Amino acid sequence: MTELPLLRVTGLAKSFGRIRACHGVSLELYPGEVLGIVGESGSGKTTLLRCLSGELAPEQGTVEFRNTDGALEDIHRMSEARRRFLQRTQWGIVHQNPHDGLRMRVSAGGNVGERLMAAGERHYGRIRAEAVAWLDRVELDPARIDDLPLLFSGGMQQRLQIARILVSRPRLVFLDEPTGGLDVSVQARILDMLRRLARDLGLAAVIVTHDLGVARLLTDRLMVMRRGEVVEEGLTDQVLDDPHGPYTQLLVSSVIA
Amino acid sequence: MSAALKPRLPARSYNFAYLDEQTKKMIRRAILKAVAIPGHQVPFASREMPLPYGWGTGGIQVTASILGRDDVLKVIDQGADDTTNAVNIRRLFAKTAGVRTTTHTEEATVIQTRHRIPERPLTENQILVFQVPIPEPLRWLEPRESETLKLHALADYGLMHVHLYEDIATHGRIARSYDYPALVHERYVASPSPIPKFDNPKLDRSPALMLFGAGREKRIYAIPPHTRVKSLDFEDHPFSVQRWDRACELCGARDSFLDEVVTDDQGNRMFVCSDSDYCETRRGGRTPEAADD
Repeated sequence: MTELPLLRVTGLAKSFGRIRACHGVSLELYPGEVLGIVGESGSGKTTLLRCLSGELAPEQGTVEFRNTDGALEDIHRMSEARRRFLQRTQWGIVHQNPHDGLRMRVSAGGNVGERLMAAGERHYGRIRAEAVAWLDRVELDPARIDDLPLLFSGGMQQRLQIARILVSRPRLVFLDEPTGGLDVSVQARILDMLRRLARDLGLAAVIVTHDLGVARLLTDRLMVMRRGEVVEEGLTDQVLDDPHGPYTQLLVSSVIA
Repeated sequence: MSAALKPRLPARSYNFAYLDEQTKKMIRRAILKAVAIPGHQVPFASREMPLPYGWGTGGIQVTASILGRDDVLKVIDQGADDTTNAVNIRRLFAKTAGVRTTTHTEEATVIQTRHRIPERPLTENQILVFQVPIPEPLRWLEPRESETLKLHALADYGLMHVHLYEDIATHGRIARSYDYPALVHERYVASPSPIPKFDNPKLDRSPALMLFGAGREKRIYAIPPHTRVKSLDFEDHPFSVQRWDRACELCGARDSFLDEVVTDDQGNRMFVCSDSDYCETRRGGRTPEAADD
């Protein structure tokens, strides 16, 4: 781990009307580190993630990202063109619902190639070769490159989403309940694959999940949220094995295992 | 018979060229803006016209706004001067503007067209007006107007290539044969209207001004003279146009766009030029003057 954070968040706040979705959140994420955000539904996890990934503008606070020149840039004060550029080259978002992250009527190869084409790649053969390589890396059969994601199973769609964003070699990935809605054996394989890819590529990631098992398997550090605020944070093993706050204790003890 | 119809008195109850002067002024403003920003779609307050959307309401409004008393008008539909749509639009302006009309490409100063660009090279003294059904090249890829506006503003055209990629993945080549997207002046991707891609190279650095009107969608855009227009493609699948392994059976042309015409119910067919004026001229004859009214 290097000393300089990749992402620095200070005093983030976002409300929807009277509802405080997210309040006073500060965090730092270092290159290669995987941060988990856990909490019950409605605790502000997804709102926080959307603020971090630039999809939603916070009311207060800053989200700064270290660009390739080494300078920190506030992602909510930069131009939209710049933010979009970062979103599709430096970061990636894996949505809980693959329909939000994939083009369902575009073939698997087209989905994986989209970021390359957006970045100016104009050689069909090279795009195709990259797509094949990435399908293979996420354990999808490259022979299905021309099939529509509509015809894929839920687990395969999730793998395709992952291939689609990793193809541009992002430095930071946001995952929103990446294995929600999948059956347990498929979950395990995807988690295994994610852990391997994160390690191989040195990815930094922020994972939102309500599943403590996912958090334990994938994350280095954990933040526990409740009613829009961070109630506890620390190393994952520490938080899960020795929870301090009463809410965290409740959360950990309610896992059926 | 003279090559062009004699000017007649405009029908009294209509303003010159059908539209009222305020409307024409509004449309001219949109046209000026469109010419200033090549390929950019400019919204305008499209009027109800005396024919249904899809029959050329956008093109007619543009033509009405630029037509002067000395202009000579040619109207083609699928390359031909004698199709219903072409005959009726020509007749509308002959009646309401009293301008001369012609079927000869070289005589016309304003040519309204649907689906083709004339084979005969255009000059600086001519304006080509296109009837456009769907002006947004990204429409089938991105249904949200707010999003396509943003994509144009940011010149974010990766999506267009995804579309071409799909074509190659499915058919082994770029199978799209008409309304082939093109990059105008190295900035905006524009729809050339449903002309065959055979005509796309004619858009590039054309000496004639090209105006595009979409009535239902309420958009006008333009390709000014001598503007660079590049058809999108991949390095290893370059843009190419249709070719035929036969010549026009009427005039023998090998360089023109051919239509396949079914001649009987025995399965016989022939290939002829889609540009009727070009074909007639090559045969040394003159197109029979359309008996417009």
